[in-house]
Amino acid sequence: MSNIVLETKGLTKYFYDPIQFQVLKSIDMSINHGEFVSIVGKSGCGKSTLLYLLSTMDTDYEGEIYMHEELVTGKSDKELAQIRNEKIGFVFQFHYLLSEYNVLKNVMLPGMKLNKLSEEEIEHNAMQHLKTLEMQDQALKMPNQLSGGQKQRVAIARALINNPLIIMGDEPTGNLDKKNSDIVFDIFKHLTQDHNQTILVVTHDNDFAARTQRTITMEDGRIIT
Amino acid sequence: MNFKLIINIALHLLRARLKQTVVAGVGVTFGIAMFITLVSFMNGLNDLLDGLMLNRTPHVRLYNEIKPSENQPISYAENYKNNTNFIASVKPKDRGKAIYNCKSIIHDLKQDKRIVDVAPKITAPVFFNSGTIEISGVINGIDVLAEEKLFKISEYIIEGQIPDLLENNSIIIGKGLANKMLLKKGDIIKVTTSKGNLASLKIVGISQVGISEIDDVMSYTSLVTAQKLLGEPTNYITDIQVKAFDITTAPALAKEFALKYDLDAIDYQTTNSQFETGSSVRSIISYAVGIVLLIVAGFGIYNILNMMIFEKMDSIAILKATGFSGNDVKWIFISLSMVIGIAGGILGLVFGYVFSSIIDVVPFNTAALPTIKTYPVNYNPMFYVIGITFALVTTFIAGLFPALKASRIDPVEIIRGK
Ligand SMILES: Nc1ncnc2c1ncn2[C@@H]1O[C@H](COP(=O)(O)OP(=O)(O)OP(=O)(O)O)[C@@H](O)[C@H]1O
Ligand SMILES: [Mg+2]
Repeated sequence: MSNIVLETKGLTKYFYDPIQFQVLKSIDMSINHGEFVSIVGKSGCGKSTLLYLLSTMDTDYEGEIYMHEELVTGKSDKELAQIRNEKIGFVFQFHYLLSEYNVLKNVMLPGMKLNKLSEEEIEHNAMQHLKTLEMQDQALKMPNQLSGGQKQRVAIARALINNPLIIMGDEPTGNLDKKNSDIVFDIFKHLTQDHNQTILVVTHDNDFAARTQRTITMEDGRIIT
Repeated sequence: MNFKLIINIALHLLRARLKQTVVAGVGVTFGIAMFITLVSFMNGLNDLLDGLMLNRTPHVRLYNEIKPSENQPISYAENYKNNTNFIASVKPKDRGKAIYNCKSIIHDLKQDKRIVDVAPKITAPVFFNSGTIEISGVINGIDVLAEEKLFKISEYIIEGQIPDLLENNSIIIGKGLANKMLLKKGDIIKVTTSKGNLASLKIVGISQVGISEIDDVMSYTSLVTAQKLLGEPTNYITDIQVKAFDITTAPALAKEFALKYDLDAIDYQTTNSQFETGSSVRSIISYAVGIVLLIVAGFGIYNILNMMIFEKMDSIAILKATGFSGNDVKWIFISLSMVIGIAGGILGLVFGYVFSSIIDVVPFNTAALPTIKTYPVNYNPMFYVIGITFALVTTFIAGLFPALKASRIDPVEIIRGK
């Protein structure tokens, strides 16, 4: 199997409301296994839009997306949900935890959905991830009892629970102070180095981008480097 | 699909909105409880009123009517066979009220698989004498045991015992009659038949049906006493009363027996058509009210789920982003609604039963119905089955539309919206 985890061919997207507007202009890119890649660019150049396409949540585009050389484009809602569940871990700018569940259950939920391991095993893995993120003491708290940085770490643990092919983040540190974004960066760094985890992060933070292995710069719907 | 997980998520969503959930559930509970109570009570009333007539009226009654002969002598005359004959001033012919061959007819009917049992009867107009006055009335000579089995006449005997009628020369008279003649149990009553026979009978009981036209004229005695009173032989019978297993077959049976035994026959439906209409109208009203209540409860659930979906947009977006499909989200909201429906519905059944039981013990005394002491209630399990089924169907439909809406929520829009 080739080393390419994620690849796009001629990815193009339009918005039609209020006027027709081409956000993404024939984007070709590929991400290798174990890479830590950041996407930067001016506000409004289409970074988030690109990430939503890659995450399979937005299916309204032209061009093709491959994951592990398998064509993702055109699959059914159910199959895409399965792919998101199994192969993609998503970390948003805002924490996006389920307020009805405690931290541990939030982390476990995608694992329960995947339904490949027993509940005990999933719980064990979730605790393991929380431990590496130094969150094991908070496992039984509700999300509204956590700080912003802690919530983001829970979201990362949740993204990791099914051992995804790739973790995607849309400004995962955008809402955090310097100290907390350093913590999140270190976690990502540690994941790529020690666990060979592939990570793709959109960021505004040039400092953050500079420290990743590769930076993709976008302008006006195109990749320029 | 992993239903355990879906139900688990639904329950967590419900718990986070406990107050609204309870309100929605109470709506269903109230609707079902009212439905059960209303239907049980209405059907109890129907049974009571039906029973009033049904238990007292044979499904088919065979008798001889006084009427003109169908074949007048002229139709036997060869000469006029092909003519149309007009006969003026035809008089009815009294063939006698007695049913000939009654023993074999009764025997024959008892063999019939469609028939519960048969009770022979003699009805005759009589005069009751009290001092110098005479009061007209009717005497019913009955086969005491068969009559009791088919028509439960003991329910209307307010004094005395039915088996006492088995004694010779005993009689049970209507309450109205007893009041008019100032007679009580144990007294002797003088009876004159239309042919002038006179007899003294001992009153062993008082009956009250609740309909004064009946209570003012009716009296019961045994077949033997009636035959003796009328001076008729022991095979003298004027009516054969038939009770069928299925009352709806009565009209067909009546026709069949009339032809077979060459008698007049009248069925229950013809005698009591107005009662049927009343019963069905009451049933329709109670079902309609119950269903309206449930539909209102359904709208309550619909509103609350819609509101919940609006509040839970974020949660739905997260679920979808982490791998739940639109279908999963749809089932989460449907099960959410069904949980409300099942819990509310079962509680509704319990409360419905409790309310019916309360109505059941509320005193209800009326002179017209001597044996009834409390309001009547019918505890037919079918009402409970209909109630819970309807609760589930309503909540499913009420949940379906919000659930479809939730399943179509685009997570990108929500995430972008932040
Ligand atoms: N739903 C939409 N309908 C129409 N236009 C949209 C919609 N969403 C985004 N856009 C436009 O598409 C362009 C790209 O948006 P996108 O969110 O991808 O930018 P971005 O690079 O992530 O910016 P930022 O760095 O500020 O997050 C913007 O010009 C935006 O106005
Ligand atoms: Mg963005």
